[in-house]
Amino acid sequence: MPKPTSDQLQEFYYKMILTRTLGARLRLLRHQGRINIVALADGHEAAQVGSAGALRIGLDFIYTYYRDMGVAMAVGMRPHDFMAQAYAKATDPNSRGRILPGDLNYPAANLMAGGGPIATQLPQAAGTALASQIKGEDAVTIVYFGEGASSEGEFHETCNLAGIHKLPLILFCENNQYALSAPLAKEVAGGGIALKAQGYGFPGVEVDGNDVVAVYQATGEASERARHGEGPTLIEARLYRLGAHSTDDDDSRYRDPEELDRQREDDPLLRFRRYLIERKHLKETDLVELETKAAEEVEAAQRFAEESPYPDPAELWEHVYGA
Amino acid sequence: MGPKVNVITAIRDSLDEAMAADERVIVLGEDVGQIGGVFRATEGLWQKYGPKRVIDMPIAEALIVGVAIGAALNGLRPVAEIQFADYIHPAFDQIVNEAAKIRYRSAGGFHCPIVVRAPAGGGIHGALYHSQSVEAYFCHAPGLKVVAPSNPYDAKGLLKAAILDPDPVIYFEFKATYRTVEGEVPDEDYIVPIGEAAIKRPGRDMTLLTYGMLVHESLKAAERLAEAGIEVEVIDLRTLLPLDKNTILTSVRRTSKVLIVHEANKTGGLGAELAAIISEEAFEDLDGPIVRLTGPDVPAMPFAPTLEAAFMPNADKIVEAARRLDAY
Repeated sequence: MPKPTSDQLQEFYYKMILTRTLGARLRLLRHQGRINIVALADGHEAAQVGSAGALRIGLDFIYTYYRDMGVAMAVGMRPHDFMAQAYAKATDPNSRGRILPGDLNYPAANLMAGGGPIATQLPQAAGTALASQIKGEDAVTIVYFGEGASSEGEFHETCNLAGIHKLPLILFCENNQYALSAPLAKEVAGGGIALKAQGYGFPGVEVDGNDVVAVYQATGEASERARHGEGPTLIEARLYRLGAHSTDDDDSRYRDPEELDRQREDDPLLRFRRYLIERKHLKETDLVELETKAAEEVEAAQRFAEESPYPDPAELWEHVYGA
Repeated sequence: MGPKVNVITAIRDSLDEAMAADERVIVLGEDVGQIGGVFRATEGLWQKYGPKRVIDMPIAEALIVGVAIGAALNGLRPVAEIQFADYIHPAFDQIVNEAAKIRYRSAGGFHCPIVVRAPAGGGIHGALYHSQSVEAYFCHAPGLKVVAPSNPYDAKGLLKAAILDPDPVIYFEFKATYRTVEGEVPDEDYIVPIGEAAIKRPGRDMTLLTYGMLVHESLKAAERLAEAGIEVEVIDLRTLLPLDKNTILTSVRRTSKVLIVHEANKTGGLGAELAAIISEEAFEDLDGPIVRLTGPDVPAMPFAPTLEAAFMPNADKIVEAARRLDAY
């Protein structure tokens, strides 16, 4: 897997800062009572943008879960789109104001039908990968999920099938240490997710989820394996949820603030910023320029969403059946 | 018309023809491959179309339906088999929360053309977990279509229609009909449109609404009632969601009396919905209470022949219920 180019690194940084900036604005809007609940991706940016950066957008299939704002940004959704969804406006390209923000349905990028239940996307991703295999097509399917979803039977059922059929599938776990309020030790036996792959006969890879380049490379290698008929890979991106579960959650009820402070030192954005400067890929002024651009884009997205109309009540009855 | 076949043969022929006509059609489920399913509904397909299109799945119903959904989203036309309807419940989330809502939640961006076949119903000495009729759960889920054929012609034609349908279709096949009900099936390709009931026997005195195996018990009962001068119109609903309201209401307006017969238990069953629709839309035309003859509100159908017989509606019980309603 070749290293990302300087242009790619700049793009990664932009998508990461865009995700963080968009999230911060959504949190503010929620606190102002202008929108409803949103799940934010603070701390997930490197894992989401790095992994999506290794995909062939429009060719590969992508199943997400509700916290994958960074994946959305990386595959070409705009803050406009996400903001319109947060405001439940008719301009929301995911669902025209039907489903909660972050449940992504975006055919233009093969961002596959996303709903609310936990882990239901995993068997579906296996089915999509199986269909590619049946048709002899080269597409890879990636499915994102939190470590909390590994408690569901459908995670294990999917791993089992993926191992049996050597499916062209990447199971990408964003292990952020918390399933809402439950810490890892109370929800996952054995200490981690990656090691579970061994029992299903395919590689499980643990990667530093705060290192965008490492995630990019691990995903790229898994994608190569899938394309060459070598079967699935389970990637566990170890990271830390820097925000609460959602805008409506108070994490001080279950999380030690000192733990959070320690983890902030490893914030994937700050790390990547230092890396880009140290390795001379970008200068401080370049980064500030990108940060300003992201802020402007989010500002414009908010205006767009606020000015967009709500769906007409008659739309309630649309898209129940095709025929 | 072509040759006389039984229901299981009609289902198998339908799958075979659909797979021959469209390489996007795949079959997946437990034991559907080499042995052709526990009821032989897929017999010969694995040998003819190979293991890539006839896929033996692990015992994991949520997985079976989830995989079907994902394959449909990638352009295939999957027909999933749940070995017994009694075991469909682990897949409930995939069917009701996912398949039924994919078109709606994506505002038409995605859709989910899958078929889930599930052998249902009792009277075959299957006890609690090989006898259930679970259709009502799924009739409560807009976005799904639910069909329940009673005979070979409908079994074949409805399955063809279900495979062509752009939305998820749950296809309940009554095990008791598999090898006991025979009928002629055309040689040429045809479908039975989803959403159309069939009047199996015309009658002026009473409308009897039923589906599945009990269509045949109802027809037997109607024969006997006719001898006593009571002409019962027997309607085979065939599609349970969406209901063919037009055929139902047109008949009720003519006969003014309604007897609903199904094997599933009474409370919250399809009969409740039928009764409500008729009350709402044809109340003025009624000339008696809407009567339901159904399985009893006990958890499931027991094993002992005496208990099984006590559970199952049959021609005798239908005759008795119809006589009482006629006398009202």
